[in-house]
Amino acid sequence: MRYAYFPGCSLKSSGRAYEESFLAVCRALEIGMDELDDWNCCGATAYMSVDEANSHVLATRNLALAERVGLDVVVPCAGCYGVLAKSKEYFEKYSSVRNAVTTGLAAGGFAYEGRAQVRHPLDILSNDLPPRALRSKVKKPLKGLKVACYYGCRLIRPVSPFDDMHDPQTMDGLLKSVGARMVEYGLKGKCCGGSLTGTVPEAGLPMCYDLLKEAHRLEADVIATACPLCQFNLECYQDDIAKKHPDLKPMPVVYFTQLIGVAMGLDPKDLGLHRQIVPIEPLLREKGILGGEDAKPKAKEPAAAGGRS
Amino acid sequence: MDPIEREIRYESDRDPTFADEIRAMPGCELMDRCIQCATCSGICPMSDAMELTPRRIIELTRNGFKNDVLRANTIWLCTSCYQCQVECPKKIGITDIMYALKSKAIESGAYGKKFTIPILAREFYAMVKANGRVSESRLVQRLFMKTQPTRFLGMGRLGMKLMKTGRFSNKVERMRNPEGLRRALEALPTDGRKRS
Repeated sequence: MRYAYFPGCSLKSSGRAYEESFLAVCRALEIGMDELDDWNCCGATAYMSVDEANSHVLATRNLALAERVGLDVVVPCAGCYGVLAKSKEYFEKYSSVRNAVTTGLAAGGFAYEGRAQVRHPLDILSNDLPPRALRSKVKKPLKGLKVACYYGCRLIRPVSPFDDMHDPQTMDGLLKSVGARMVEYGLKGKCCGGSLTGTVPEAGLPMCYDLLKEAHRLEADVIATACPLCQFNLECYQDDIAKKHPDLKPMPVVYFTQLIGVAMGLDPKDLGLHRQIVPIEPLLREKGILGGEDAKPKAKEPAAAGGRS
Repeated sequence: MDPIEREIRYESDRDPTFADEIRAMPGCELMDRCIQCATCSGICPMSDAMELTPRRIIELTRNGFKNDVLRANTIWLCTSCYQCQVECPKKIGITDIMYALKSKAIESGAYGKKFTIPILAREFYAMVKANGRVSESRLVQRLFMKTQPTRFLGMGRLGMKLMKTGRFSNKVERMRNPEGLRRALEALPTDGRKRS
């Protein structure tokens, strides 16, 4: 199994643990992931608001890169996944988009023919892996860990090629297969607030609060996500939210790939567990899933090195 | 005395070409199917904070009330979660219409100063144009300093934690060779160069 891999901007910075854990899990399952050479930003929701036609040129250049190497492209960030899938769909559906993309890409020396498929890790791990391939690699089943699987928006809307739009199950299925227990998280597809947590906090933060409060009510130990923006919103604003809601207890929020990696017995450092703001390792030790000490960052931390704010 | 606010909308408030401009954008062509059932307003997680609910936005848009639509906070509170779009019984691309309205508002500069999202969109756009990629931490810092300086100062602790965990840095992310992309983005006659 071999795929092209599109990381996107977040998986190289605030969402590094997603990239680290996803690639570690792929290595352990012998799934080849070739990072697209010199990929560019997908455009997110912002570019589309400024320049609609070029937003498709921007997104499809990455698909053109995947076609060059003849592979389907795997996109872990739900935001990037939604944008690339939308541009592919509109390329097929609208001649105006097709013309804009063809003209734009040709000027840059690229060509996209609509062949490269856009896939998500939840999709390939659920549907492309042979049955039991994941289960057979489990060394530390997540026994006794109660997980709220949170899908957010873009994995299941506006289209949902690999899951049920109204009741998504792929993440639940994968985490069940590595021994975790799911809570019936009814808000699994409700919006986290997106960038409103930063731009209009009085509107964005209450959305995160609802999601966190419901996970607590269901007595979940952890929320699992498949999107760097959902993960950031739900984890990093907890202090901010607690100013208004002092009863809110800390809730670890991790990527589903981190939990799969833990169950496979991979090194917590390689799964980015040390990058949590709300730590999860004490909980995993308490449950007897992890032994020993917390993951310490590796000696070299390239991106953190130049950091000053 | 407070200025008198007019509640009624007049024929003269309509922009004769506005609805057609929106209809012509990909995903927006089914606007006239709307039966005003308000499923969109009911399911939208943001409608309680919106000056005009999604149902009203659709009705005003297709009737050409450009100013009402572009000045309302609605389009900036839309997180594009697509709940409205997938539940619409008439399969109208409501989220795409919101995108189209956002781009019209940014193009015409018709939005109030209190909305910071257009600033985010422009900063993001400029960053992608220059480097082909977004440096998240820089984008967030620039946005917060421009729009919410007091909140920014209060977020020092989170910033420290993010730096300590390697999730926040001032490194500029850029492509190795952004030339091809730049040529691709400059090829279209209707691109956003004049607006940036």
